[in-house]
Amino acid sequence: MIDGNDAAADGARSKPGMRLLLILLLALATVPLAADSYVQGVAARMMIFALFASSLNLILGYAGLASLGHAAYFGMGAYAVAKLSLAGVSNLWWQLGVACAATSALAAVFGLLVLRAKGAYLLMITLALAQVVWGIAYGWRAFTGADDGLPGIHRPEGILLWDLSGDVGFYYFVFAVFAAMIWAIRRLVDSPFGRVLVGIRENERRMGALGYHVWSYQYVACILAGLIAGVAGALLAWQNGFVGPSYLSVNYSATALIMVILGGAGTVLGPVIGAFLIVALESIVSGMTERWVMVLGAIYVLVTLFAPDGLAGVLRRRARATP
Amino acid sequence: MSFWIYQLLVGLSFGMLLFISSAGLALIYGVMRILNLAHGAFYAIAAWLAIQVAGYSGSLWLAAVCGIAATVFIGILIERYLLRRIAGDELPQALMTFGLMLILGDFALWAWGGTPQTLARPDWLTGPVRVAGVAFPAYRLFVIAVGVLVGALLWYLQARTRVGAMVRAVADDVETARSLGINVSLLSSGAFATGTALAALGGIVGGPIVGVHVGTELEVLLLSFVVVIIGGLGSLPGAFVGAIIVGLVDTLGKALVPDFALFTLFAPMALILAVRPTGLFGREP
Repeated sequence: MIDGNDAAADGARSKPGMRLLLILLLALATVPLAADSYVQGVAARMMIFALFASSLNLILGYAGLASLGHAAYFGMGAYAVAKLSLAGVSNLWWQLGVACAATSALAAVFGLLVLRAKGAYLLMITLALAQVVWGIAYGWRAFTGADDGLPGIHRPEGILLWDLSGDVGFYYFVFAVFAAMIWAIRRLVDSPFGRVLVGIRENERRMGALGYHVWSYQYVACILAGLIAGVAGALLAWQNGFVGPSYLSVNYSATALIMVILGGAGTVLGPVIGAFLIVALESIVSGMTERWVMVLGAIYVLVTLFAPDGLAGVLRRRARATP
Repeated sequence: MSFWIYQLLVGLSFGMLLFISSAGLALIYGVMRILNLAHGAFYAIAAWLAIQVAGYSGSLWLAAVCGIAATVFIGILIERYLLRRIAGDELPQALMTFGLMLILGDFALWAWGGTPQTLARPDWLTGPVRVAGVAFPAYRLFVIAVGVLVGALLWYLQARTRVGAMVRAVADDVETARSLGINVSLLSSGAFATGTALAALGGIVGGPIVGVHVGTELEVLLLSFVVVIIGGLGSLPGAFVGAIIVGLVDTLGKALVPDFALFTLFAPMALILAVRPTGLFGREP
């Protein structure tokens, strides 16, 4: 599926990729100076979904484990901060800490169940488990508000002088988390741990024969991916001031998948670009027509038909064609 | 006692509806190794079309035939012109069919609106029937009969006919089957068309009892998933047993603990996953 060595080499470590990432970050940093609050909101949403897609890319692109239930972690993080905020806990670190603990605990449980499966079984099992979480959020009115969700979430207290309640302050908070997380992911996939993951993706049996404990590497990758997805979910809950079962839905899981595939799985920049494109398209198309879902469906079909290894793959092929 | 008999029959009829709806998913995966996420959309489209035709013509037979034929036609187009181009890759296939589900679902919303609708039931099936001293809707007994009939027919086709033997050969080992002169391409198209027809039949048989609404495509898909996870992906006997289990558990769950109906639905699945990841009848992939 993924063209191993090339994908890794073309990713974060290549100079054009790094340069593009820095340009993107610079552009994002200037958004509040140049754009109105609507565009600023869209840009924050772009970064949040880029983080969500990047977390899925850790297991899909690097560990080679496809999940159709990644929204379970995203929604778990969102519901965790929502419950705390509504319970009157306004400290940022408490909210974030509990969200991280809850999502990594969920990922630790689900990881035990799903890592035995492969291929289509893995897709179905991850989807089914995410639906269990969705079913609880949808049914348990007293705790999760059922299909009404939990409105009225307040953004947490700021850090020292950094006020998170205003839109600009919160935007830069999202920006800081996004930049730090992408940097951490880049370091992670370039680390020995990341290289072993890619090795397992390419040839699980050989890595086992070389003495690597394959399961543990995959398990840790699952938990890390869950944790980062939870942070993204927490950010969206603060951004929107609202959490509902849709955060846990298969639509969110599939959207994350198509973002990763569109940009290019197994590259650091790919999922970021994929998420930016889809969120931007959503806000443009939704303004013009009510048929955004149909357009999104067409994107799925077109991407799988014409760019199954994403924009990164298209660029790679072009680079090879013109030496 | 009569409460239990009633619930048992309701559960069985729901289970048979689930079997009709999910058998196609199992068949398509068994033969083609495609995880068809658009399966529930075929169910919904057939139901919407049948309601439309029934509204125009007043004939339920015509509605059923048109609904199934049009859905199978859409399915054949999708298999020929889209899925065939990305053969052999599970994730892109799953994503493409998910996209198709979004397109078909949004099309249904655009064409038929957001109001839930049900298909009329035939006159001769409207009244209640007494079963073991309990008055029971005749239509639900009809659903049980159709489910058993479909199951028997599929079993006969697969176990007793030449085509069935070829299907089993392809499911076991595509390369060997091809080298024996089996036309795998034609057989795959046939399996996909049959799977689509089963989903459409589910939509039409289920039309008078559960109806169709916005999001039906996803609900049917998820229920079918639970069925084939419990029964084992790609196994028709598995789908039959899984559907009965899910139908009974769901009905009893809704009757006994209504607040946690979704949980009682997914709990047996999680249990089976933990004990036997390939399902009751599935084989190691």
